[in-house]
Amino acid sequence: MLITCPYCGPRDVIEFTYQGDGNRERPDPASQNFEAWNAYVYDRLNPAGDHNEIWQHSGGCRTHLRVVRNTLTHEISSVAFVRGDHASTARRKAEDKA
Amino acid sequence: MSPRRTDTGGRIDRLKTIRFTFDGVAFTGHAGDTLASALLANGVTLFGRSFKYHRPRGLLTAGVEEPNALVTVLKGEVREPNIPATMVEIHDGLVAISQNRFPSLAWDIHAVNQLGGKILSAGFYYKTFMGPVIGPLKGTRFWMFCEHFIRRAAGLGSAGSAKDPARYERMNAFCDVLVVGSGPAGLMAAKAAADQGARVMLADLEPRFGGSTNWSDETIDGAPAADWARRTVTQLEGRDNVRLLPRTTVWGYYDNNTLAALERVSDHKEQPAKGEPRHRYWAIRARSVVLATGAFERPLVFPGNDRPGVMLAHAAERYANEFGVLPGERIALFTNNDSAYRAAVALKKAGAAIVAIADVRSELSPEMRKLATEAEAEIFAGHAVVATEGGKALSGVKVQRFDMVTGALTGDERSIHADCLLMSGGWSPTIHLASQAGAKAQWDAARQAFLPPKPTQHGPTQQWIGAGAFTGSFSTAEAIAEGRAAGLAAAGGTSTPAALPTVEAVHGDPDPAPVFEIRAKGKSFVDFQHDVTAEDVRLAHREGFVSVEHLKRYTTLGMATDQGKSSNVPGLAIMAEALGKPIPEVGTTRFRPPFAPVSIGSLAAERFGDLKPERLTPMHDWHLANGATMYSAGLWYRPMIYGLSGETIEQAYVREAKATRESAGIVDVSTLGKIAVQGPDAAAFLDRVYTNMFSTLAVGKARYGLMLREDGFAFDDGTTWRLGEQDFLMTTTTANAGKVMQHLEYFLDVIWPDLKVHVTSVTDEWAGAAIGGPKARQILAACVIGTAVDNATLPFMGIVHGQIAGVPVMICRLSFSGEMAFEVYSGAGHGTHVWEALIEAGKPFGLVTYGLEALGTMRIEKGHVTGAEIDGRTTARDLHLDWMLSKKKPFIGSAMMDREGLIASDRLELVGLIALDNRPLSGGAHIVEALDEANPHGSIGHITACCYSPALGKHIALALVQGGKARHGTRAHVSDPLRNRFGPVEIVSNHFYDPEGTRMHG
Repeated sequence: MLITCPYCGPRDVIEFTYQGDGNRERPDPASQNFEAWNAYVYDRLNPAGDHNEIWQHSGGCRTHLRVVRNTLTHEISSVAFVRGDHASTARRKAEDKA
Repeated sequence: MSPRRTDTGGRIDRLKTIRFTFDGVAFTGHAGDTLASALLANGVTLFGRSFKYHRPRGLLTAGVEEPNALVTVLKGEVREPNIPATMVEIHDGLVAISQNRFPSLAWDIHAVNQLGGKILSAGFYYKTFMGPVIGPLKGTRFWMFCEHFIRRAAGLGSAGSAKDPARYERMNAFCDVLVVGSGPAGLMAAKAAADQGARVMLADLEPRFGGSTNWSDETIDGAPAADWARRTVTQLEGRDNVRLLPRTTVWGYYDNNTLAALERVSDHKEQPAKGEPRHRYWAIRARSVVLATGAFERPLVFPGNDRPGVMLAHAAERYANEFGVLPGERIALFTNNDSAYRAAVALKKAGAAIVAIADVRSELSPEMRKLATEAEAEIFAGHAVVATEGGKALSGVKVQRFDMVTGALTGDERSIHADCLLMSGGWSPTIHLASQAGAKAQWDAARQAFLPPKPTQHGPTQQWIGAGAFTGSFSTAEAIAEGRAAGLAAAGGTSTPAALPTVEAVHGDPDPAPVFEIRAKGKSFVDFQHDVTAEDVRLAHREGFVSVEHLKRYTTLGMATDQGKSSNVPGLAIMAEALGKPIPEVGTTRFRPPFAPVSIGSLAAERFGDLKPERLTPMHDWHLANGATMYSAGLWYRPMIYGLSGETIEQAYVREAKATRESAGIVDVSTLGKIAVQGPDAAAFLDRVYTNMFSTLAVGKARYGLMLREDGFAFDDGTTWRLGEQDFLMTTTTANAGKVMQHLEYFLDVIWPDLKVHVTSVTDEWAGAAIGGPKARQILAACVIGTAVDNATLPFMGIVHGQIAGVPVMICRLSFSGEMAFEVYSGAGHGTHVWEALIEAGKPFGLVTYGLEALGTMRIEKGHVTGAEIDGRTTARDLHLDWMLSKKKPFIGSAMMDREGLIASDRLELVGLIALDNRPLSGGAHIVEALDEANPHGSIGHITACCYSPALGKHIALALVQGGKARHGTRAHVSDPLRNRFGPVEIVSNHFYDPEGTRMHG
């Protein structure tokens, strides 16, 4: 499987670490809503099809990526930095370098 | 000249004679022979014994799909079993032996299994070895008892245990177009793509490129097809954008057009050339792939179809035309399609007599009748072979009138004298790689075969284009046209109007009659390698195995090393008939990698032996030079003890720990994880990460911190030092350094992107030495300049900067040993320099170096926790660290840590244990209330760490025990049946030594 890191380019999956379901919403830190916390910590979507996932490019730039991957075909339809503003910064830096 | 070698013809080099042995008998062959063709040329027809019934078996095929003729190749001490003789190229000195026979191939004791054929049907082992319900052999024990004998009788070759001295290699390759298969379609595709300037790789599992051109009698552009192929290969060889890979099996097709291939580089040589590996594993990333893998001919299923001398029609054609070998002198044919007629003519030309052609079809085309006449063969249209005769070799066949529609056999049997029977049951495209890539095969009623889907239906991460027989286009002219189109498309080019090579070939109908089995009395084999008969398939159906997946597992059809290359479709057809369903409704199983067996050595390639990288502290060499016994902790190497001569490990650590508590000791702590946490929001971030407060920590002070996971369990602990307002140095346990780093990065990047914090791993930037004991401060005072180290300047958890021996150091007063202790950090490059200066300064004070054992001993005495207690199942409360759980702020894990199960009263809690029998305790031993050595049970916890405590003069341990504190002062027992350690213990507080901390604060 190849993941195209927006910063480093297309790289083999062995460079990445799966960091879980990207659909989880972390409750407000002060929240005592146990149901919400339980859902955040334990509930995972397991779709047969497109899945919103978080991957860290741990063997590369170490940024976290939001990857939409089809669990049936392994097709990756989108990759973006999880930290949105970071994405534009990185792009700018990459352009500056080039 | 051997009796079966033809006088002329074949692509072997008759001037080169090669000597080899098979089962200890010396034979000769020619360069270009396979073991199969060379033995056949020597008159050998018996190659092996079958898997279950030990029936004599000969060659069925001439290629990779061979199920019968499996041999073991011996190279020195190394034996490689289960290689098809059809895939072994002979070389001088080759030693091969047959398999699954005892004592010899010709006279095999287990052949008696044939007599019990009715009993040894599908599921025999499942049904027979269930075992009695009671008694010494109850349940699976009976199977385990019988297994030994069964394994001897059934099976294939045996693997050796000698170390393989061969070298294997791994290559990564990239190309624009990978072409798999080098028949007319593959060659055209490679040429077309190369002409467009694409980087092309062309792989074929055979040593000779050209596929069917090597044995067809066709002409291309007016020349023999083989000459055209050779010319094309020569053109490709001359191009620097083409890489040719003969003897290379592409065996796996993975995501994003990553393919795995095995190149047998030097198996065909007596000795590999200098620097040559035995096998090379190719990981190929191709922009696009052309699958031109051809098709496999199918056997027909009829009684006695496994007798040596019965082989596939095209295999005989190959032996005659490619190897110059006649598989028989009086040859009969049995077919359901036109392709076999070509073989009849070829064998006739090569010198054999074609005695009969039995065709299940009653209507034959004029072209086929003409071919039969050319072969001087008697035609039996509308007939079928119903039996074969002979023992270990075929002596004759029986044919009978056959109705293709009803399957009925009528009229008298007629015996025909023949020493070879060729059969053809139609062709199955070799769709394995496409299937691996996720393509769903579709049944084509005309071709009676599963064909790959059209290119538009490919998986999104695999882009391949099919060509030739792979797509069901069986004629060479079609293969050439499709091959060029595929090559062009794969290279992104557009079709050029240049003329295609012209093919002269006999036109035959590519569609076979829909006949797979002739039902008559006797064993009719479907899967030759696993001895699965047509009756086994029907039995499985009668017993309720209606899904094709279940059928496969129950009968083991298609599960042998050949993976059912020739048996899958006949098996499905028979199953479909039993179910009364059409074949497409029964469906087919998906092919999985590898396409053909792969050597384990090639997968490992250079990666064997001890592959673990080593992490060494800056003072590593000093430790080695000063008598340290090193201990591997994860990837790190740390001193375990610095033993004096004659000391045991226990004597050494007891001496080291005692000296530390009496005067001073020094230990290398460079392995601790160190993370620089910096930025305007660093303090706020640490408040969220740790259970306790860090924003209130003064600059120049350190604090012990505890982290939880999101689920509320304890994660890691360590001290974090505030070096500046926005600058923290976090330390983690050695083992969790990487995990903590990833944890912090995740929260900063994903959960709190608004926090302005940067984390950097600085573990390797710092060398750390912890010096502790009553004299530690005096030692520091003697060597540190630029700062005082007295209690006022350097209080507990204080940090100062100074110099030791001219090197800047940072000193924090904190303690793991429970003594007054200091951690001295310097730049990693200065580590040994500072360490030696400290040792020198400590000499007058009796300073000792100590290792992990003494470190562990002192921490157990103090009751501090490590990874043995923070094991992912314990909470802060379990470890009596609840005082660290801030109530003033939320932190990671705070919402989940108070769940019902995590505050239950019967949780395992940290306690101390003292052995009352004064014997050493053992790590992992269970704690029980009442001892029952004969029947150990009733665990209330377990030991996490243990040692002999010099401070207490007792054997002590830390343990996680139900009830914890409530049991302080009570008695229990350790129960460790594995190590036979039983005995009474007293449960006490985990703080064994100096619980008030007066020594540390002193």
